[in-house]
Amino acid sequence: MDESRRNFLKVAGSAAVGAAWAVPVVKALAGGGKTQTWPGGRAARRWALVIDVNKCSSPAVQRACAEACHRVHNVPHVPEHKHEVKWIWSTGFENAFPEQAHHDYRRDLLENPVMVLCNHCERPPCVRVCPTQATFKRPDGVVMMDMHRCIGCRYCIAACPYGARSFNWEDPLKYLDHPRPDYPHRTKGVVEKCTFCTERLARGLEPACVEAAVRVAGPGAMVFGDVGDPNSAVSQLLRTKTTLRRKPGLGTEPHVFYVV
Amino acid sequence: MLEKALQGSRRYWMWIAFLALVILAGFAAYLYQLREGLGVTGLSRDVSWGLYIAQLTFLVGVAASAVMVVLPYYLHNFKAFGKLTILGEFLAIPSVIMCMLFVFVDMGQPQRVLNVLLHPTPNSPMFWDVMVLSGYLLLNILISLVTFGAERRGVAPPRWIRPIIILSIPWAISIHTVTAFLYAGLEARPFWMTAIMAPRFLASAFAAGPSLLILLCLLVRRVSRFDPGREGIQKVAVIVTYAMAANIFFVLVELFTGIYSDMPEHLHYFQYLFLGLEGHHALVPWAWTSQLLGVAALVAMFFPQVRRNEKTLALACLAIFAALWMEKGLTLIIAGFVPNPLGEVTEYSPTLVELLITFGIYAIGALVLSGLYKIAITVRESLKAA
Repeated sequence: MDESRRNFLKVAGSAAVGAAWAVPVVKALAGGGKTQTWPGGRAARRWALVIDVNKCSSPAVQRACAEACHRVHNVPHVPEHKHEVKWIWSTGFENAFPEQAHHDYRRDLLENPVMVLCNHCERPPCVRVCPTQATFKRPDGVVMMDMHRCIGCRYCIAACPYGARSFNWEDPLKYLDHPRPDYPHRTKGVVEKCTFCTERLARGLEPACVEAAVRVAGPGAMVFGDVGDPNSAVSQLLRTKTTLRRKPGLGTEPHVFYVV
Repeated sequence: MLEKALQGSRRYWMWIAFLALVILAGFAAYLYQLREGLGVTGLSRDVSWGLYIAQLTFLVGVAASAVMVVLPYYLHNFKAFGKLTILGEFLAIPSVIMCMLFVFVDMGQPQRVLNVLLHPTPNSPMFWDVMVLSGYLLLNILISLVTFGAERRGVAPPRWIRPIIILSIPWAISIHTVTAFLYAGLEARPFWMTAIMAPRFLASAFAAGPSLLILLCLLVRRVSRFDPGREGIQKVAVIVTYAMAANIFFVLVELFTGIYSDMPEHLHYFQYLFLGLEGHHALVPWAWTSQLLGVAALVAMFFPQVRRNEKTLALACLAIFAALWMEKGLTLIIAGFVPNPLGEVTEYSPTLVELLITFGIYAIGALVLSGLYKIAITVRESLKAA
């Protein structure tokens, strides 16, 4: 083969291989950009949720939040405890924060339940282990599920340090009296969890739990916003209040914060 | 060669018919599970893996243990394993098949299994587990077909198979290492997140697998005129002893770190396993039986008289196999989920459907094993006669 032609092919070949690699690399380096949205939708560099534990301490508030969430997302109400599906629920303070709580901790904190949900980790272990990328992290930080790709291996459930994921042990339709047509219901055999209400964000709304908490407990009970924007309400809250994250030592960097 | 599996005595066919019945029952149970969902098992939101995934874990070890006869024979030209090696390789094949079936029946959406290949995800240990297990199955089928086929024709195996045999050695280590990494890489489950997991898996595999191989060799000698060789069996017994000693050492190392450090998030699992937690102690009898039986069998195996007498050897091997099954095929996986990440205790016990499916898969393994061993025995008998 002619020398110059061979050189040309070498250069062209390397360039093609380089370009094939460069595109995802450049995309990754440029990451952190806002997710695209349609007119009227909300976008952020990094979504986060702040829960005021004191304002949300009453079971009535917590029930309103869970009911609102589970209603709009067709989350089945499974009577069998072992087969429960839940996106947001109440648990004891010492269950949510085992490292912080101790016997003589602030009484009101120990005595009242707190709400727990998916933490939309910056470094989500569930995404790390999923063998099909059925669970993935969006550029705006929301950890999502593709229910049509999920093979139901439940590796993500084993990997989640927060118990935030539920598996459909049975057909969820059995436990949905009136499935809402505006949100997909699931089949048996797939994993599901909180999505920070991406479908509502896209319509410019607050997440369902935030809306319910504010309605029942007043403004500031739960605040949702963009921690990528230093002037946002969540950013200002985080800078001025003492907040906790669940199991911070694991390095998952949860983006659900608790004002105590 | 395969036609040899289709000719046998009345006793052989009765055994096959029995296995077929168990398989049929398991298949019916699986159809039920497929229709109703995994809710028909004893699994739950908190204990989301159970008997199926534990069997995968245990059987990967049995599959990998073939390397304990392959390595001395092919790498060190250890002649005493000449007749045994094919039995080791033929044990690996049904073991890997069972592993794959156990993963399959554990899936919520089994019809989507090919998504693992359609969307390859190198950061998931489960992706690698599928890769190395399929590779190991292919390697073992190829190697045993080629080497045994050559032996049957009375010729030396072709030279090109040797590098493939050498490759199968680290590959066997890899299948169990990757399976350990399924668990050891999870910060959510402190019970499993330990660097000793992979070495411990290998040690217990090299005790349990060869124990089963000894039992099978003794059985083969009883039911046929083919003798895998006393010297080979005795050497495998020594391997079992060393591997079991290493395994118990690793378990003690694990217990020391977990208990002496006194960190609640580690301690709770050991409490649940050996003492019970908050009034729940389903695993306690299994955990103690497993450890005590294992230690007793190891001490027995230390005595040459016990190993030399094939009756006591069989008993000790059975004890080691049972002890390690209780550990890896049961307690190790379930205890990792109790307590759950919120510190709550939910217990697990398998349902009848789950047991039927499990027995069905074991019967499939036994069927494949019986067929392969039948071929090996028939060929060896005719070689001996000739």
